[in-house]
Amino acid sequence: MIQVNVQHRLGSFDLTAQFASDGRVTALFGRSGSGKTSLINIIGGLICPDHAHISLDGEVVVDTDQRIFVPKHRRRVGYVFQEGRLFPHLTVRQNLLYGWWFAPATKRRGQLAQIVKLLGIGHLLDRRPRSLSGGEKQRVAIGRALLATPRLLLMDEPLASLDDARKAEILPYLERLYDETKVPIIYVSHSVPEVARLASTMVVMADGHVVATGPTADIMARLDLIPFTNLVEAGAILDAEILKHDEQFGLTVLGLCGEQLWVPRLNGCIPGTKVRVHIRARDVMLSTRPPEGLSALNVLRGVVAELGQQHGPIVDLRLDCGGQAILARLTQRSVESLGLSKGTPVYAVIKTVGFDRQTLGTASRQANGADTTAIPIEGPVATSLRPEMA
Amino acid sequence: MFTLTPEEQAAVELSVWVALWATLTSLPPGLLVAMLLSRGKFWGKSILNGIVFLPLVLPPVVTGYILLLLFGRRGLLGAFLADNLGIVFAFRWTGAALACAVMGFPLLVRAMQLSIDAIDRGLEDAAGTLGANPVWVFVTVTLPLILPGIIAGTILSFARAMGEFGATITFVSNIPGETQTLPSAIYTFTQVPGGDVAAFRLTVIAIGVSMFALLISEAIGYVVGRRMGVEE
Repeated sequence: MIQVNVQHRLGSFDLTAQFASDGRVTALFGRSGSGKTSLINIIGGLICPDHAHISLDGEVVVDTDQRIFVPKHRRRVGYVFQEGRLFPHLTVRQNLLYGWWFAPATKRRGQLAQIVKLLGIGHLLDRRPRSLSGGEKQRVAIGRALLATPRLLLMDEPLASLDDARKAEILPYLERLYDETKVPIIYVSHSVPEVARLASTMVVMADGHVVATGPTADIMARLDLIPFTNLVEAGAILDAEILKHDEQFGLTVLGLCGEQLWVPRLNGCIPGTKVRVHIRARDVMLSTRPPEGLSALNVLRGVVAELGQQHGPIVDLRLDCGGQAILARLTQRSVESLGLSKGTPVYAVIKTVGFDRQTLGTASRQANGADTTAIPIEGPVATSLRPEMA
Repeated sequence: MFTLTPEEQAAVELSVWVALWATLTSLPPGLLVAMLLSRGKFWGKSILNGIVFLPLVLPPVVTGYILLLLFGRRGLLGAFLADNLGIVFAFRWTGAALACAVMGFPLLVRAMQLSIDAIDRGLEDAAGTLGANPVWVFVTVTLPLILPGIIAGTILSFARAMGEFGATITFVSNIPGETQTLPSAIYTFTQVPGGDVAAFRLTVIAIGVSMFALLISEAIGYVVGRRMGVEE
């Protein structure tokens, strides 16, 4: 359980943030300059805030009223920086073990071998940071933070400085991170696909303030938050289950709100595996009649649950499809010509090829934040998504 | 031609001895001052900066004279140190070492200060979040990262000490076997008839020692730089 209540002034920027999370992976989400990094710098002990009360698992680490400020080296909060910050004078092995030496012997959890295997960095141990690629550096940085046996892991846009191929290389490791280590994570990001894949809880920030907090799926389904998140990538997050694979056409069938969703083949996932699907609002078309002669494979029935604010020519709608929320983005013109209003039954058409490796992820935790029975996911599963999806 | 007389040999040995002492004893205070000037925010920082770098711009004779006033037998500090701690600088090799240390100090501090300024403070923050307290951060991160600067400063200061003449001769005079360092010896030989050969021999040695120091510095800098990936 993380409780944060912070008031801090940086020049002319006012940071006033309050949130609590018992989520496994909490995303601090917002645009650049919304105060996310300052907030985790305060949680990590790099900045001493003007007024704050922060507790981790009931232990107060900062309370300005009681003059409590646990210094960063005694806070046991791991920090993975955007640019890695590996020690250039040490080998990868020495970097990994740096925090491990300082961790109290009784509390050391991770073993080097185990972390090395989890992150796939065994072949790098004797090299020096300067010879590593960006993705390798970040994996080593994550391992180093974990081996210091933190109570909480802060990650400040760990993928922001990497290209798409490197991001795809690291994301599967991040997805497994909490499940295998049980260290809660606060993940700073401004990328909807990353948050959609990783986070169980979302804290949306704008201009130094917390705009909304809640389970990722709920937050992503709120039309009023779209201006704060990301206009392009906005879309619902759904939990689905793999029903079967279609070998002939290289497709996978997912079970979703009692209906079927066809997506490009998810390699290596056995039927029954839970997956998290991010359906971008701009990839959804609506029809008031059952569509015929359509190339799209996915047609879901639902009703219009909410119409959002019009921005420019665009309106976002939330549909209720058998209890799950799906967002759709239409022009105001279409909304009026179809006569859509709250309660109108509609058919949502979703193109199969609209799904890509960024919108599909295997996850043993549900988007609504609830625990699911853990389904063992083998290492290569998520990685093998890549060639298919690319 | 290349056999040294006992007097010449004494001058060479004394010079190396004095330079080693001057360099090694000024290392810890040099590092402290470099850290203060690089990181510190305190009143009088520019005054400290001025005092440290003054010997670089003052005529060495002036520096030597100031040392004589301060650390001479009847000087302000000299009398105190001699009476209470038994440390005497005037007309001793220790005085030569002090003069060399003072003259080399700005070079030592400057080199270290530059490498401290160049450190990514983020690495120290990272070490902190990994559980290292400030002392450990300094020992395991800061110190190794500024090592090239420390080495460069040390070599510069050593070379300066080997060549120091003006302040030394003003402060502790030119006593063979006690305060007559290599430059003073060369100077003395050029002043006496027939001393040219001896002066030349010592000049060759001075060039040799300085060149050796510079090569060592290059070599260490290369090895350290390679190890850390700072160079290239």
